[in-house]
Amino acid sequence: MTTPLLSINGLTRTYPGVIANDSVSFDIQEGEVHALLGENGAGKSTLVKMIYGLVKPDSGGMSLRGAPYAPANPSAARAAGVAMVFQHFSLFDALNVAENVALGMEAPPPMRRLAARIREVSETYGLPLDPARLTGDLSAGERQRVEIIRCLLQEPRLLIMDEPTSVLTPQEVDILFETLRKLTAEGVAILYISHKLEEIRALCDAATILRHGRNVGTCVPRETSARAMAEAMVGASFNAPRRAGQAAGAVALEVRGLSLSAPSAFGTALRDVSLTLLQGEILGIGGVAGNGQDEVLAALSGERLTDPDTIRLDGAPIGRLGPNARRALGLLAAPEERLGHAAAPDMSLTENALLSAATREGLTRHGFIRWGAARAFATRVIADFDVRTPGPETAARSLSGGNLQKFVIGREVLQRPRVLVVNQPTWGVDAAAAAAIRQALLDLAAEGAAILCISQDLDELLEIADRFAALNEGRLSGARPTASLSLDEIGLMMGGAHDMEVAHV
Amino acid sequence: MLRLEKRPQPSRLWTFATPPLAVLITMIAGGALFAALGKDPAEAIATIFWQPLFGEFSFYYRPQLLIKAAPLILIAIGLSLGFRAGIWNIGAEGQYIMGALAGAGVALALYPLESRIVFPLMVLAGALGGWAWAMIPAMLKLRFGTNEILVSLMLVYVAEQLLAAMALGPMRNPDGRGFPGSRNLRQYESAHNGELIPGTGMHWGVAAALIAVILAYVLLSRHSLGFHIRLAGQAPRAARFAGVRPGRLVVFCLGTAGALAGLAGMFEVAGPAGQVSIDFNVGYGFTAIIVAFLGRLHPVGIALAGLLMALTYIGGEMAQSTMGLPAAAIQLFQGMLLFFLLAVDLLTNFRLRVRLREAA
Repeated sequence: MTTPLLSINGLTRTYPGVIANDSVSFDIQEGEVHALLGENGAGKSTLVKMIYGLVKPDSGGMSLRGAPYAPANPSAARAAGVAMVFQHFSLFDALNVAENVALGMEAPPPMRRLAARIREVSETYGLPLDPARLTGDLSAGERQRVEIIRCLLQEPRLLIMDEPTSVLTPQEVDILFETLRKLTAEGVAILYISHKLEEIRALCDAATILRHGRNVGTCVPRETSARAMAEAMVGASFNAPRRAGQAAGAVALEVRGLSLSAPSAFGTALRDVSLTLLQGEILGIGGVAGNGQDEVLAALSGERLTDPDTIRLDGAPIGRLGPNARRALGLLAAPEERLGHAAAPDMSLTENALLSAATREGLTRHGFIRWGAARAFATRVIADFDVRTPGPETAARSLSGGNLQKFVIGREVLQRPRVLVVNQPTWGVDAAAAAAIRQALLDLAAEGAAILCISQDLDELLEIADRFAALNEGRLSGARPTASLSLDEIGLMMGGAHDMEVAHV
Repeated sequence: MLRLEKRPQPSRLWTFATPPLAVLITMIAGGALFAALGKDPAEAIATIFWQPLFGEFSFYYRPQLLIKAAPLILIAIGLSLGFRAGIWNIGAEGQYIMGALAGAGVALALYPLESRIVFPLMVLAGALGGWAWAMIPAMLKLRFGTNEILVSLMLVYVAEQLLAAMALGPMRNPDGRGFPGSRNLRQYESAHNGELIPGTGMHWGVAAALIAVILAYVLLSRHSLGFHIRLAGQAPRAARFAGVRPGRLVVFCLGTAGALAGLAGMFEVAGPAGQVSIDFNVGYGFTAIIVAFLGRLHPVGIALAGLLMALTYIGGEMAQSTMGLPAAAIQLFQGMLLFFLLAVDLLTNFRLRVRLREAA
């Protein structure tokens, strides 16, 4: 057997009260795509940060091509040939592509040479990108290309990618995979973090599964079922959401010709959006991030107002009603951004329960807050949705993302909505919690509520939605029954490949 | 090496412990400052903090404490509502002046009518005067999106000019032999805001400050408007999601702050100051900003901070006259208080750790 590119031996890292990584060992071979699997909090990020020099291990070590490897900081890691594409892009909207790339380099060449290099690399790997374009105008997929090209310019031996496909259309995913395969053919190894198991089965040569900071097994993804991998991650079997097939009822929510200007310079304007939502059905809205998802939610929740007749709830015009008037009528919403939009980070869960449930749960009387009732409601959400927290007085920001998401969804579901609008209901949530949230949405629909589920996770929409529509640059496609759709058709509805092309292999 | 670590949630202990700690550090740094000026630091600190309360002449200074603290607290309570909501009214000094002018204007217009209706009318006019002045930045912000910090601050200087014009012109005492300044309202019984209990300094302004503290406490902890104010300050997007209308909050917070500052000005002009004069305003509106933050924007904290600030004012004056400390040193001392408070505030949200080895 040849020397592995990167060998990880007994890496351990503890934080106060938590063992993030408990003597994790595995090898990454040259030219291999190696998946790192695990639930949120399983220790994937800590491990990756140690490889990238952001965090130092308490014990254990690594070797790169047989030589000891202990990067003191990311630039040392980059010098050794390790590069990373983060899940959240670190780009400046107001700078152009080349300037953003230069910011991430140790010694950037003159701008003209750099622009030429960017063109060259982007053509070689099938990632077309104009160095002179303003980053704020790029789509999410194009922004990712900026990050990838920034890494490729350093000619890395190991490329770490954290959830790279969460912002891409299926076609863009295919093209990304072509690029990655071309890289591996050149001997570059890729450490690939993703929650999407089918994707890992298609792309990866090996997988390491982490649970509670420990390496609980390795597998060859092509030969393992997605379900088996999911169960290895969770450490138990769990029930996939099941829906009770049932006929949809009368029209609950109707949107006709909704057009809204962009709320900010880098927001998206809505153009003539129309949709009909029936009682008892889940309508899924797919699309790449930044194509108007937030804006649709704001228009429906009442955060932005429209003409009265543009939005009708049970036939009544509600376009001019604010959020609480709409809540009183049974139209509830759960925004995507948990901290700062759906919940106030520094406030307790009790206060956050009051935030959206005051009207429907009668948590105020004559304007005065009934703290006892608010606490009781928060406690009920915590109990019914298995929110792991010391209690309702805990600050929202101290909950993990998945737990806070369960609280946010539970808060709306328990208010017995007639129509519920959710945006990214399981974003960054681990498999078991995501299954619980989807089940709650399906149950709610089975009871006759109408649900509009905006999501960038196509698997999620295919799993729970009865009909599917796609948002692309503020326009909404017509809705089609999910059962009859193929992934290719969905990709085309979402706006195709955003000018990507397959790598010139 | 020291390292900061973000706490999962704000520490309750430090929320209460930071103001006393800031006072302590201010005493130490202030003492060093006084020592550098060649004064005995212990004596200077004692003169500022001890003498007014328990010294030889405390019978004179103790009532002064309430008289100075009342306007500070009244103004700071109003400001704190806005500060909590992220609405930055820096122009309380101007609203204070306008309240005084409106209140005194009513009294001077009715002079020499002796009636029980005069004083309540003055209270109303004072509140309205401050409210109207605060509505200028509020309306400009709503209509044109102007920055309320700049507009409210600039209006202080406009108000000061108006004060001077009034003291020299329309409101000048006709029996004053041409001296600037209005009639003395202390000699106009119906308009005089005198001591309610002799020898305590307790006047209607003190009562109003106390009521404001209680109402603000109830508003912030029990009423949904108070909840919305806190929400808007902490998470503006979440506030809109909760159905808060930002424009209404701007009007409410600026309006309340203006009305309370106006009341403070009116009680001052009708009582301790007595007349409209060019140098009527002494900076209460600005000092109240320090008071609001020193009191952690909490009504009870503001009451305590107002008393503490009044103490440094009175003690500072004593230190000036008995020890010959320069006035600037006293102002620096007060400034340090805010500076150190903001600095130690970090401990509420962060934990200080000693870095043992080179780890990130």
